[in-house]
Amino acid sequence: MLGPFLETLIGGLLTGVLYSLVALGFVLIFKASGVFNFAQGAMVLFAALTLARLADQIDDKEVHLVHFVVAAGVLGGTLALIGWYALREYVARGGGEGERRKMLLMAAGGALIGGVVAFAYGKGAWPLWIALAATASIMGLLAYAIERLVLRHLVNQEGIILFMATLGIAYFLDGFGQTLWGSDIYKINLGLPNEPIFLFEGVFEGGLLVDPGDLFAALIAAILVTVLAIFFQRTRIGRALRAVADDHAAAQSVGIPLDRIWLIVWTVSGLVALAAGVIWGAKLGVQFSISLIALKALPVLILGGFTSVPGAIVGGLIIGAGEKLSEVFLAPILIRAFDLAGGGIENWFAYVLALIFLLFRPQGLFGERIIERV
Amino acid sequence: MFYREAGQFKTNYVADQQIFPVLQDRLFVLAAIVAAFVAVPLFATPYLYTEILIPFLILSLAAIGLNILVGYCGQVSLGTGGFMAVGAYAAYNLWLRVPEANNLIVVFLFGGLMAAAVGILFGIPSLRIKGFYLAVATLAAQFFLDWLFARVKWLTNYTPSGSVAVGNTSVFGWKIDTPDERYLFILAFVVVATLVAKNLVRGHIGRSWMAIRDMDIAAEIIGFRPLRTKLTAFAVSSFFIGIAGAMWAFLRLGAWEPLAFDINRSFQILFMVIIGGLGSLLGSFLGAAFIVLTPILLNQLPGWLGVKMSTALLSHLEFMVFGAMIVFFLIVEPHGLARLWAVAKEKLRLWPFPH
Repeated sequence: MLGPFLETLIGGLLTGVLYSLVALGFVLIFKASGVFNFAQGAMVLFAALTLARLADQIDDKEVHLVHFVVAAGVLGGTLALIGWYALREYVARGGGEGERRKMLLMAAGGALIGGVVAFAYGKGAWPLWIALAATASIMGLLAYAIERLVLRHLVNQEGIILFMATLGIAYFLDGFGQTLWGSDIYKINLGLPNEPIFLFEGVFEGGLLVDPGDLFAALIAAILVTVLAIFFQRTRIGRALRAVADDHAAAQSVGIPLDRIWLIVWTVSGLVALAAGVIWGAKLGVQFSISLIALKALPVLILGGFTSVPGAIVGGLIIGAGEKLSEVFLAPILIRAFDLAGGGIENWFAYVLALIFLLFRPQGLFGERIIERV
Repeated sequence: MFYREAGQFKTNYVADQQIFPVLQDRLFVLAAIVAAFVAVPLFATPYLYTEILIPFLILSLAAIGLNILVGYCGQVSLGTGGFMAVGAYAAYNLWLRVPEANNLIVVFLFGGLMAAAVGILFGIPSLRIKGFYLAVATLAAQFFLDWLFARVKWLTNYTPSGSVAVGNTSVFGWKIDTPDERYLFILAFVVVATLVAKNLVRGHIGRSWMAIRDMDIAAEIIGFRPLRTKLTAFAVSSFFIGIAGAMWAFLRLGAWEPLAFDINRSFQILFMVIIGGLGSLLGSFLGAAFIVLTPILLNQLPGWLGVKMSTALLSHLEFMVFGAMIVFFLIVEPHGLARLWAVAKEKLRLWPFPH
């Protein structure tokens, strides 16, 4: 009995690590801008798709002219819009050294993304590390576009309006990614060993089965969390981010540039999305359902608290383990008791758990208690 | 020139408090209703009924329901699909198990009432949490209800596939079968429901919802009880949504499975409310029209232009258009299509002399 239990528990905990990775992206944006970013799941899908299509063999037969034209059109349109905004600002401010540098950077980014797309639609496979770098810069560009085109116009709006805007971004990004890169199932090959590892073979009967991909995910998550914790606690930018989260207006008045902070935050969470996308894609293949794991990350947030990085980790572990344990041990009982047609309670278990938790401790495990005054 | 209220005097309270105080509005609404009941059946084809008019009307009703909750009371919900499913399956079970109740009006009202009960249950957390915490909490309703109707065999009458079907539906002996009968029945239902909703939001209950939405603590101080106000909003909203769900299942689909009410349905209806206009009944109709017509238009457009597109690409484009429209409306016109209509009326008031 102990063997299967521990195996389920470990499997659940390792899945939970992946939930934590997605939840981490949510927490970062919420912590630094107070925006509840529903598009995180779409960003994971977009990052994974981009990487898979860049790194994987791209079959010439799959590429229709329509795809190319639409991709080029949308991409060119977005770039032109960004460029136009930048130019307008440049003219309005009468130019300047920093501005010029920004425009140069942008031109370089545009050239890069154009080259990437052109090369991707050419032929041949890319080495993984080049594809990773290219995807990372595309995520940066995406963050820039979101800041420019959406967030900038919604400063000082209520949180719920921003939330709904990210819902729109999520829809757009889902469609955009699949238009650009196709909607089949793609593989990401990280070159990890496929055979499961047996642990404690002497202790239990049959030992414990562990997937090396999951261990790799846990490792990545641990590194990311450490780096992010240091980034938030110890660096100048991290301090600025925390200031912005506390109060936009106050942060601005002491000279913290809001737009730059938002850009940094969205880029970082784009990179976190990339990490999550790589791991999920390597495990299950890149497909549309990846964007749905964002929905799994929401109860994690409620459990852990919206503003807490450790909360995302602990919440993810609890949800992951609870989900698998409930599916294995609780579902059969429910099926027998209520004459159900199969289990599947992991679809809602996390949510109901979070809902009940919410009633008793609305701020989550590690969240700050916010006292609203009239 | 035509839209001018100068000279229309109200000399008693009844005249002052009517729903459409301006004569032109009254005539317009009357004309629209007459056209919907009389003119449309004269020329409508079965395609127009089943693919455009019936979905439009039913989804409008659902959007009105959600608009009451989100637009009027300020409680964001992503569980609309789940509440629609409650309406559909409650109506199905009444229809199945009580043969004497084979009257669509009774069946639909029962579906609405059950949805209202479930809505109240899932509305209870709104007392402790708000904003996106609540949005996440309503997702719990969505996922739990989805699962419930997929797994509990009794609710689907032990069908092996999990999908259920209805047939032989009637109202007081009048069989509702053909597309035009369905259309007329739904239209009558929606007109009555809209009238009810309009009067609710105009009256004391609607005022209390709006007070809670605008500033909950201040509303509490001046005497609105948050508990009762929020729960009535959840109940009324779920009631409408449940009726819409039952209609969708009975009169649009005929045979359905839980997938018909999954989370995408919730998003679809939330988008209608945002695009149409938060806190506007007219907006619910406009938003529903937009969401129903856009995919059809997107499907037709490449054909007209002579471009061949795969269905997958079209569905991706649909995603992109919806996403972009959401962002666009939130930035440029947060009050949605309904606000554009109001602006047009303002302009008409001065037309043809704009100054």
